Amino acid sequence: MPFHLNANHVKMGAIALGVTLCALALGAWGTPPNILQPHGYLAKTESNLFWIIFGIATFIFVVVMAAFIYSIIRFRARPGAPAPRQIHGLNWLEITWTIIPTGVLVAVLIVTLYTLLGAIQQPTGVPTMTVNAVGHQWWWEFQYPDQHFVTADELHVPVNMVVHVNLISHDVIHSFWIPDLAGKTDVIPGHDNTMWFKSDTPGYYRGECAEFCGTQHAHMDFEVVVQSQADYNAWVAGQQQTAAKPTSPLAIAGEKYFASAACVGCHVINGVNTGNLIGPNLTHFGSRQLIAGGVLDNTPQNLALWLKNPQAIKDGSDMPNLHLTQQQIDELVAYLESLK
Amino acid sequence: MAVGSVATQGRTVQQSWTRTGIGSWVTTTDHKKIGVMYIYTAFFFFLFGGVEALLVRTQLAVPNNHFLTPEQYDQVFTMHATIMIFLFVMPIWTGFGNYLVPLMIGARDMAFPRLNALGYWLFLAGGIVLSASFLFNAAPNAGWFSYAPLTEATPGCLTQQIAAQGAQAAAANAATSAAQGLQGCFSPGQNPDFWIVGINLLGIASLTGAINFVVTILRMRAPGMTINRMPLFTWMMMVTSFLLIFALPSLTVASALLLFDRHLGTHFYQASAGGDPLLWQHLFWSFGHPEVYILILPAFGIISEVLPVFSGKPIFGYTFIAWSGVAIGFLSFTVWAHHMFAVGLPPIAQAFFASSTTLIAIPTAVKIFNWVATTYYGRIRFNVAMLFGLGFVAMFLIGGLNGAALAVVPFDYQVTDTYFVVAHIHYVLFGGSVMALFAGMYYWFPKFSGRMLNEGLGQAQFWLYLIGLNLAFFPMHILGLLGMPRRQFTYPSGLGWDTLNLISTIGAFTLAFGTLLFVINFFWTMTKPRTASDDPWDAFTLEWATTSPPPPENFKTVPVVRSRRPLYDKKHPEDPDWRHEH
Repeated sequence: MPFHLNANHVKMGAIALGVTLCALALGAWGTPPNILQPHGYLAKTESNLFWIIFGIATFIFVVVMAAFIYSIIRFRARPGAPAPRQIHGLNWLEITWTIIPTGVLVAVLIVTLYTLLGAIQQPTGVPTMTVNAVGHQWWWEFQYPDQHFVTADELHVPVNMVVHVNLISHDVIHSFWIPDLAGKTDVIPGHDNTMWFKSDTPGYYRGECAEFCGTQHAHMDFEVVVQSQADYNAWVAGQQQTAAKPTSPLAIAGEKYFASAACVGCHVINGVNTGNLIGPNLTHFGSRQLIAGGVLDNTPQNLALWLKNPQAIKDGSDMPNLHLTQQQIDELVAYLESLK
Repeated sequence: MAVGSVATQGRTVQQSWTRTGIGSWVTTTDHKKIGVMYIYTAFFFFLFGGVEALLVRTQLAVPNNHFLTPEQYDQVFTMHATIMIFLFVMPIWTGFGNYLVPLMIGARDMAFPRLNALGYWLFLAGGIVLSASFLFNAAPNAGWFSYAPLTEATPGCLTQQIAAQGAQAAAANAATSAAQGLQGCFSPGQNPDFWIVGINLLGIASLTGAINFVVTILRMRAPGMTINRMPLFTWMMMVTSFLLIFALPSLTVASALLLFDRHLGTHFYQASAGGDPLLWQHLFWSFGHPEVYILILPAFGIISEVLPVFSGKPIFGYTFIAWSGVAIGFLSFTVWAHHMFAVGLPPIAQAFFASSTTLIAIPTAVKIFNWVATTYYGRIRFNVAMLFGLGFVAMFLIGGLNGAALAVVPFDYQVTDTYFVVAHIHYVLFGGSVMALFAGMYYWFPKFSGRMLNEGLGQAQFWLYLIGLNLAFFPMHILGLLGMPRRQFTYPSGLGWDTLNLISTIGAFTLAFGTLLFVINFFWTMTKPRTASDDPWDAFTLEWATTSPPPPENFKTVPVVRSRRPLYDKKHPEDPDWRHEH
């Protein structure tokens, strides 16, 4: 019977998985997400719970399947065997196998409640920073209310800092998730949801929208950059500047075109224009790793592709095909990529 | 209403029973014919939903695939689940129940034959409405639980406004809307309307069936068949029917409010106007979790019929299996928010739902132990029905264990809305409901049709199913742990998801091949003469005490029952069950 393969299957799967992960070169995403190789306090707590329940579940599975397979083999119909005894039940056995799983489940429940009501609550009396994560169809905006700037697609935080996140939805329900750092919390219009996390290793971590939110739900990713306090401070100082003035002729033309074209209807570049934000703030676009909710890596080639026809790359996105000429695209790419 | 003489009524009934041809099906009120129509129609939808599953798995077989557009993918994954739940599993249990419950309790028909027919035709209408949405390129596309506000009508996507008004005007409008707190790409198309209308037709159909089952089971049992002597399948159909009666109103209310929001300008689910999106989730899941048991309790019933017969013994712990089913029924109304652990409920509320969810695992465990014990000291015959029954126990065990893991709230924060949940639901619904369905199908096919399905093809199907479902669904656990959210139309390479997805797709096609073998088996068997005996499996319950297939009136004389296994008593007068039951 293949049933008892499953327990092994998990282990083999886990080993194969580990090998695959080690073999993978770090791409733009940094570490591929893995709930079981956490890099933050919450994710570690959650991962520990997994191993507890996985151990118990595997044990139950093996015991029940062993009893079941034994019975199936031992009591298979054999020629000439007498009619089986007609057993209707056994009350003490019923009571036993009601009490035992009850005990196991209550034990799991106690660990669950202890963690839920205690260990994963946000600690008080420690230094904290606050970020607003705003879910849009289909990209994330990050507001730093105390540092007075906004950015998109990329969340920078210092290592070992308790980060308090206010979750705001601009449209439908999203879910804010950084598998390596913390479980998810839904981002719901009209609800002031919050979550917190603390990372323990500098690095790049994948963030995702985990609640189906429309056509491009698959392309609503973000990158979490965990850095040393010094690196983080430097990044903040950079983000607080208005946009760098372009120097190359192409980029200068790009800035001029940006300010005069439909771009400013949705996008803001601090120092160039102001207004309502529908699309991401582009003030430091050139410093980011990703374009448009992670649909592309931020390279000049990819940006040119995106500007040529965003709908071809992210069907349904709010950014229309503006039918830019190749000259306009080249200018805009030169300008936007210069905005470090 | 004119009432003729008893003799005239008898003749009218006799005529309606003996009529043949298409007309006899369209006008029938015979529970067996209605049951067969339910099963055929539901099986058609199983194939329909299965093709959609293959489309989903083909799209996800490799990263960055363009086999389907995002919009097509959203329609297909939504309709896969909607069809499998509402048009396959629910109605096929109604079909089995329709055919078998009256036979099992020694009745001549359901309590309300015309209501029964109405239920089938409403089910068919609901199925047609939902399927027809594809013809309008407006199939529901927001997931089978249709979360508001994504399913609200206004406003439309900016890109749609641009198409209508031009880029400059649309951007200006969007800026104004954004300032008013209204922005986003909701569902201005008719997709959710098809869902609402279809689901409510199906809801009314299920309600008529449920009321009919309850009255039939409570009022029409043969003399001597007390509640405590009913076959367990009948028990589980009764519990399921009560669940439907109490759970469906919540879905009706939820979808009616959504319809009002969409077409009458109300704002029940719109936060910007004072409504609350979470209202939808509470209403939907207070239907949606009992629904999960509506899908699995009849499967428990089938397994509790098949395992004893092929073990040559009575079910172990009849009372415990019956009452654990009742316990599950009650508890299923207290666990809905375990689908909502990530929505930001207060910790104490989450603690409550974690506890109730833990509680519901206990009766489920008791059932599994009793099934295992039923095989002990038996004489096990490995007919295909039994193979599926044994496979059910093993696969459902996995579905129970990974389900219990989801009740560990902090771990659930990580895996909810990922492929881990998809793995869980498929171990329960495919490893559970579908395996039980085929156990029942191979077991009762001789009774339905007078013909025996081919055992060789059946064995091949069983092994393809067992291997296929583990290939298709086991890797999904790991995908969830590797951070793959569900409902993504594609995924990038380099995240360790590629191979696991490919394996899953291979598994899905293995399952499709197994299903194909069943279709071949069916058509081949149907070309053969009706040679099945009345009681080919040496079974215990009343449906095997009549001919295969049964006559229109089911039994020449109404049987008298003295124990849980009336047919066993008849075959073993030297040591009948009623001597041992108290």
